[in-house]
Parts: sequence; structure tokens; C-alpha cells
Amino acid sequence: MIVNRSSDGLETAVSVSRTRREFLRDAAGLALGGALIQASPFVRAESVRKKRKVVVVTFGGGARDQETFAPEGQENIPHMLNEMAPQSSFFTHVTNQGILGHYVATASLATGVYETLNNFASVAPEHPTIFEYFRKELKRPLSDAWVVAPSNGFHRIGESEVKGFGPGQGARVILPKRLLGLTSSAGTADFEHLLHDNYETPLYTPALAGGEVELQQLETILKLSIGDFAAHARTLSSPDELSLYIAKRLMREESPSLLWITMHDIDVAHSGAYSLYIEGIRRTDRLCAELWKAIQTEPEYAGNTTMFVLPDFGRDSDFDAGGNGFQHHRTGDSASRTTWMMALGAGVRQGVVYDTPIQSIDLVPSIGAMMGFSPSQSSGKSIRELA
Amino acid sequence: MLPRELKAESFASYPPQARAIATEHLGALQRLPFAFAPSLLREVIDFDYKFPAERSTLQDELSTLDSLSDAELHQWFEAFFSISLSSTLENFDWVNLPAQFVEQQAAYLWSTHQLDGFRKAATEYGDRLNRLRKPELNRLSRVGVAIIGREVQSYSSPLFKNLRKHGTYFTNVSPQGGLACLMAALEERAQNYPQPFAHWYVEGGDLEPHGSHIASVSYRALTPTRNALLKRMQEEISRPGMGPEELRAVMARLTPTDLKVETGTDPVLSRFELKLLTEGSGTQIYSTAFAQWASREVLRRAQPLTLLVRYAPRQRQRPMNELLAGGIGQAELDPVGSLIDGDMGAYYQWIDQQRLSESERSSFIAWFEDHQIAVAIGPAMPRGAESNTAIDMEKLFSMAVT
Repeated sequence: MIVNRSSDGLETAVSVSRTRREFLRDAAGLALGGALIQASPFVRAESVRKKRKVVVVTFGGGARDQETFAPEGQENIPHMLNEMAPQSSFFTHVTNQGILGHYVATASLATGVYETLNNFASVAPEHPTIFEYFRKELKRPLSDAWVVAPSNGFHRIGESEVKGFGPGQGARVILPKRLLGLTSSAGTADFEHLLHDNYETPLYTPALAGGEVELQQLETILKLSIGDFAAHARTLSSPDELSLYIAKRLMREESPSLLWITMHDIDVAHSGAYSLYIEGIRRTDRLCAELWKAIQTEPEYAGNTTMFVLPDFGRDSDFDAGGNGFQHHRTGDSASRTTWMMALGAGVRQGVVYDTPIQSIDLVPSIGAMMGFSPSQSSGKSIRELA
Repeated sequence: MLPRELKAESFASYPPQARAIATEHLGALQRLPFAFAPSLLREVIDFDYKFPAERSTLQDELSTLDSLSDAELHQWFEAFFSISLSSTLENFDWVNLPAQFVEQQAAYLWSTHQLDGFRKAATEYGDRLNRLRKPELNRLSRVGVAIIGREVQSYSSPLFKNLRKHGTYFTNVSPQGGLACLMAALEERAQNYPQPFAHWYVEGGDLEPHGSHIASVSYRALTPTRNALLKRMQEEISRPGMGPEELRAVMARLTPTDLKVETGTDPVLSRFELKLLTEGSGTQIYSTAFAQWASREVLRRAQPLTLLVRYAPRQRQRPMNELLAGGIGQAELDPVGSLIDGDMGAYYQWIDQQRLSESERSSFIAWFEDHQIAVAIGPAMPRGAESNTAIDMEKLFSMAVT
């Protein structure tokens, strides 16, 4: 009889991270990183910091090991495995101890605090975001921090309402799917389906005001006419492809130093169709590699950019009776809480695997140490292998 | 309100059998921790609409709780007693709306970082109950069948990768008469061991002819209910103040009567069918998600002796560029995608079957419909083996089901 083994969650998490490490070592020829910690390659010179750019990609929607880095999942991530992993520092054991909803988990990643806000409410993070710390301490303009997010529910991710930080001091947020909706004057029923906000509640989309301002962004910032944007969208197969298109356009036209992209196609898993979940993983794998290539070819980014790729969390194990396997992330079991992070680019040691346990909230202080700001209210710790 | 304040009148609005059982076990309910009692009442309030196996399990659980001394009860529920809940939750009408309460409680536990503690406590409680449960001694061993890949002409990637290590993988099964053979086996078991809701047939498309003593649910047959439900959801969403959680609460309260669609004559089955659509995610849209979720719920709730699940092609998910080009047209099907969905669904069906009692005696067959590929798991089947010997479905079934 199959039994629920949730009581040995820690053991399972360690086992999962070891499997990732061993697989990466075997498949991608990566070295173990424990002995290398003392010799961090980060260059701390102020002149370099000023040019430093960071791109964060959340590997949208949560993905499990058996569909990604475990041997049986490798066929789904050829780009990350063969092209990106050998260039990266790979952290095998990242845990998320917070609420496993996509907006609240992304907000936690962005603040370095396990946020407790309502996942489905249109509210700002309860703590200062990385964008506010970055802009305030480094005196950066509004144009230097951007978020590209999948759905209306993320429109307040860019800044908190915390005294001393707050409105006007965070990142600008662009919602490509919403832009697409605004540019369409003749939505069909099927088109409306595309614009549904997220896969957990597929029929609900929070209403947002202020569409005219966003359309102006297309023209003034992205240098895109509404017609060109809509025409290009018609050549793409998914909302995440649209997000990548917008992100690349932002890099070209605005060159933000801090760019945060939240992918979301994988979360189609909530529909219960396994083949669509796998398609989402393969697409996200390809898009991450495309973004990495764009970073290396864009003059403002090439050579001075660090890119982080990490799922916001995992998904439920096949063996937890409280869940339904890959479909959701509701049980809070080890599979849904334990995930990985890949760091590539400027200042990052290449081809190294670290299996030291870290937490997802450690990302903000680590980027802070890298870029030269102090996320004072974050409860995460700077990752010593990076900082 | 706290559990110790419960009275017989507290259950006045419960359906008759639920009210009777709650009143009968009032003493046990009063002693339960607040973090646990609503979860139990969520089961009790639905007693009138539960399958026989669920009723038996619930009655056993309540009798066990009755039998515990105060010291034993405190020991059993120590972890639950240490969970703190808000006064807002205390003021919630958790007796009459236990399902909605549990939703809010879950959100509160997540936000206060108590979910892991609750989860651990619940697991330990379940383990205690399982240890005390008297093993069923069915005369008939349990059998599961998953039929996947209808309308797929050819498929070159490996199938049943997750299941193969648990049984024997057959590559030369005669497809002729395979479906008829498996349906006949279901029929025979249902006739020989007639018990209410003990033999089930879950169909992702149109139902094959089958006897009335087999409980069945079908994605196609539920089309009017699915359409009525989607319409109702759209209406609710347009109401001011409606959000995802409110919508979920509305869905949880829906009954077949609310949707004004014709349903079967069995109220237990009708309620079950509606729950497949209101509680399952994707079950309203994709036939493969429906079939998988239905198999999970049938196994979890009805604990059948026989379950045959047959997948059908689901509608294709249209890419963004097609959606933007407009034109609704007739929904196309995605047979290959559905085969992959069904492959995973078959694996989950086997996992869910293994959670039931006497799993060591149970058997399972997964078959790529109209093709020569199948996997058979059972006490007599070698594990991790492969056979290319020519075999028909009748022989394969008799080998797997001893």
C-alpha cells in the first residue's frame, strides 16, 4: 500500500536536491561547489556595480523535478540542461516556506519576506520590494526597474505601500496580456479565454483601470504602434512568448538595470492535462534560452548582466494523498516547496553545483549584495556562494 | 462558537441522516479541538449523499472517537489543540457551512505558517485511524482498468513508463475485441458480486452499453450540466464583489437542482457527478481531466471493487495566434495529447488504487486502445518484465486477475 510520507519531508527534500546535483554532474559535467565558496569571483568595484544589470526569471507556474532535472524529465529542458546549466552556478536545494500561490509567492521573492497577502486580491506587497530598495539607495530613475508579468493580478507587484518606500519608488509593471486586450477592439469568445487571468481561477480576471496610459507605454517606451504590437502577437503561440517579446523590447528601448520577468504558461497544469503541462515546460525552457541569448547579444547587457532563473515553487508529489500530483501546489509537501535556482552571467562561477539549502527569500539580499543596496526589511540571507 | 458549545439543535438544518449521526455522536464532537471539528463536520453534513464505503468509514471514525477516554483523546489531538485560529473563524457559522469554513481555515493556516503543523497532525491522525481499522475481507480482489489513446493511429514514444516497473509490459496484445472483453469482465464481476457502487465505469466520451448494476459517469452525458455550470459561473463572476474565493464558495453550495438540468434518479450519484465538475479543476473543459479526476474520486470515495476508466480525445488547446485570428468553429480534438494525459491518468489511477485496503491482492491493466501495447500489474505478474508473446485480452486479464 502506498503511504503518505510527508513526515519525512526534510529527508525527501535533501534526497531531491542530491538527485538534481548528481544528475547535473553526470549530464552537464558540472562540479560540486562546496570547496569553491571562499573564492567568489564577484567583482565589487563600484564602477562595475554601476553597469551591473540583473534579470530575474521566475520559471513560471512551478515545475517538478521529474519533469525537469530528474533523468526522466531531461527531455523537456534541453536548452537549460545543455546550454545554460554548464554556464551557471546551480543551486539544487531552494525551499519556499511561504504560501504557495503564484502572486503571493512572487511577491515574497520580490520582497525577501514570506508575504501573507491574499493571493487573489489586488493588493501591494506588505514589505518594500527589491525595486524600491534598488531605486532608493542607488538613486535610480523609474525607467531602471521593470516587471513583465503575466496577469492582472500582478499589476501591484512593483511596489509596496510601506512608509519611506511605496508609490512611485518601485518598478514599472507591464502586463502584456492586458496590453493585448486593450489593443483588441473585437474580442471573440475564444480571445476572451486567452485573457483569463490565471489557471488557478480560469474564469476570473480582476478589473483594472487606466488602459489609456498603458497603451501610451507601447508608443512612447516600447516604440511600438498598437497595430504592430497586435500583428506581432498574432505570430506567437502563448502569453509567455508575448512576455519575452515585450522583455526584449524593453531591453532594447529602456535597458533597465533590474528586469523581472514572471513566466506563467506552465501553470496550465491546473487544467489537469499533463501533456499541456509538459508543453509549457518545454516552451519555458526554450524562452529562457532565448532570453539568455538576447542578453548576450544586446550591447547594454552583454558581459555585465547576471540572470537568475528559478521556479516560484514546485508542484505536489504524485504520492501525497492530499493532492492530485502535478495538477496543483496545495499540499505544502516537499515536492511543492523544494525547487532549484540557476544563476548565470557576470560574476557567476560557471559549471558549479551547490546543494547547500537556501530559501527563495534569499534572492533579494543576494541581489542587493551584488548591486550594492541593503534590503533592510528582508528576512532572507545573502547567499554566500554569490555575494 | 467552539465545539464544546455544540448541542443537538446545532444540527437542525442538516439532512436527516446527517443530523441523526451528528446527534448520536454529539459527545465526541463536543470534545474535539476547534482546528479539527469543522473538517469532520464537513464529512458528516454530506452523510446522506455519501457512498456506502464512505458511510462505513465515517461511522467507524465517530465510534472510535466515542471510545477514547479524555486522556486518549488529548493525546490523539494534542497537535490540533496547539493550533490557534482567529476569532473571525470562531464567529463563522462553521457548523452549517463546514466546507466554506475549511477553505477559510486553510487560508488562515497558510498565512500564519501553521499549515505544515496542521498537515503533520492530520497525517498522524489518519495513520492512527488506519492502524485501528479492521481489514476488509472482500471475497473479490480489486481490479482497475485504464483504456487510453482512443483515435490515435500511431505513437512512437514509450508508453506506461511509470507503470512498467510494477508489472509486466506486453507489446503483442491482440487488439481485436479488447474493449468488449474488458467491458464483459466488468459486467461479469458486477453480476457475480452485486453491491451498490462497488463496480464503476468512467467514460471520457460516450458510454458503451453496460448493465444497470454498474455505476457510471460520462463526460459526454454531463454536457448539459457542464454547460449550465459554466453559464452559472459566468453569471456569478459578473456580480459586484465576486472574487475567486467567493466563486469557489458558491460552487461548493451548488446542488443539481440549482442548475435546473435533468439528472439521474440516484441522488447520491447525481451529487457526485456535480461535485466532479464543481470541485475538479479542468473537468468542465477537458475530457481527460474529467476522466482522471473521476477515477481519483471514485477510488477515494466509493472504494470500488472494479473500476474501468476509458479516456477519449479532449479538445485541443488552441495556441494564442489562432485565438487572436478569431473564428470559433468546431472544437478540434487532440488525440495524441489526450494519449499523454491518459498515460499519466492511468498511473494516478493505479496509485489511488494502491491506497485502498488489500492492495497487495489488487490487479491493474492499462491498455493503449486498439493497439498491441498494455501493462498488467497483479500478484502473479512479474515486475519490470516485458513480454512480446502474442496474447489476447481475455488471456491477459485472466493472468493479471487471479
